[in-house]
Amino acid sequence: MKTVIIQYNAGNITSVKIALERLGVSYTLSNEAEIIQQADRVIFPGVGEASSAMKYLQERNLDLVIRSLKQPVLGICLGMQLLCRYSEEGNTQCLGIIPTDVKKFNNQLKVPQIGWNTINTLNDSIFNNIPENAFVYYVHGYYVQKNDYTIATTTYGLDYSAAIRKEKFWGVQFHPEKSAQIGEQILKNFLSFS
Amino acid sequence: MLAKRVIPCLDIKDGRTVKGTNFVNLQDAGNPVELAIRYVHEQADELVFLDITATHENRSTLYQLVHEVASCVNIPFTVGGGVRSIDDVNMLLKQGADKISINSAAVRNPTLITTLAKEFGSQCIVLAVDVKEAIPGNWFVYLNGGRIATEIDAISWIQEAVDRGAGEILLTSMDHDGTKNGFAIELTRKISESVTVPVIASGGAGNMKHFEEVFKIGKADAALAASVFHFQEITIPELKHYLSKHQIPVRI
Repeated sequence: MKTVIIQYNAGNITSVKIALERLGVSYTLSNEAEIIQQADRVIFPGVGEASSAMKYLQERNLDLVIRSLKQPVLGICLGMQLLCRYSEEGNTQCLGIIPTDVKKFNNQLKVPQIGWNTINTLNDSIFNNIPENAFVYYVHGYYVQKNDYTIATTTYGLDYSAAIRKEKFWGVQFHPEKSAQIGEQILKNFLSFS
Repeated sequence: MLAKRVIPCLDIKDGRTVKGTNFVNLQDAGNPVELAIRYVHEQADELVFLDITATHENRSTLYQLVHEVASCVNIPFTVGGGVRSIDDVNMLLKQGADKISINSAAVRNPTLITTLAKEFGSQCIVLAVDVKEAIPGNWFVYLNGGRIATEIDAISWIQEAVDRGAGEILLTSMDHDGTKNGFAIELTRKISESVTVPVIASGGAGNMKHFEEVFKIGKADAALAASVFHFQEITIPELKHYLSKHQIPVRI
């Protein structure tokens, strides 16, 4: 079973690699269409800025590749936001795989949200063996509203999507690779999908 | 609800953890990898590593150590000490650090913050500041681990750093560091209320009440300590239990 991590210009992916190594999972890091298409599952990480990330993907036709994937795909943080239609960050047209939009936090709290917050109203097999209100690690200044594709929520000034899913595309706003045992269980759940 | 973070800090010299008070009478506090693993099991919310020698000769030892620790921790991991350039940050991220803290080099060259935030994102850049109340009610920035005084006002420097893209502030009060008499509550509150990014309070932790105060009155987003954790004067599980009992949201 081949797991491929999409390699692009959005920040540091070392922690995702190391998390998979800790779980004993082999992976390939790639930005090549063929390798990504032949994966059994794909992890689409990302810490960075939406418009420059989309630009990088488009220049290499990776946007088309990601849209065409039929195997399980896990978008993490910016990766999740890029699966959506549109992001207020850099006024960016995203991949449009999950029909919802990404907004900027506009409240009295500190932005970006950095730290451990809960995941609530869990409603998907990616959360098998995860208790309600478990803590996971978030770092983000933009968020996805609650919508028809929401599979977990969280609260920071307002309720919004901690995770979304459409068919075989999952997106998590938090960083499972940095979320202790809870994050490891979520990664294991995803890695069991086919 | 976003939890307040409890962060153990490992001061590193020649590959070992040292008790880092004023850089004198350094006491060995153990193997950093073993300590890191212990803290992860104890539900520390993050780990911070500061290379207190930060010399060129020690750099490769540090990289190796960062990699070793990153391989066995599943929580966020910040590394600092002697970071001066994009290359320094790249090397540390490649070894598995999640965030990088910068201190003296940023004061000497403030555009470093702008450059690093642009290259790696603000979430990656922690501005560490060593501060002393040299005149009552006036806090100044100190450099090189507190050895060099400046006339830079701490609050305006921190605001400038946030404007330049620092994503978090690691605020150490030299007046409190090593005293075990409590954190700099007033200063922490002033900083926390004057910036839009999280503030990590450091220096002075001696008992659990001190943590409660810095969160409730000092409005810190996170609190960092070293020796009280290394020598198990306070354990993280009992601290979190205590904080939770006192209505402070923590991850348990």
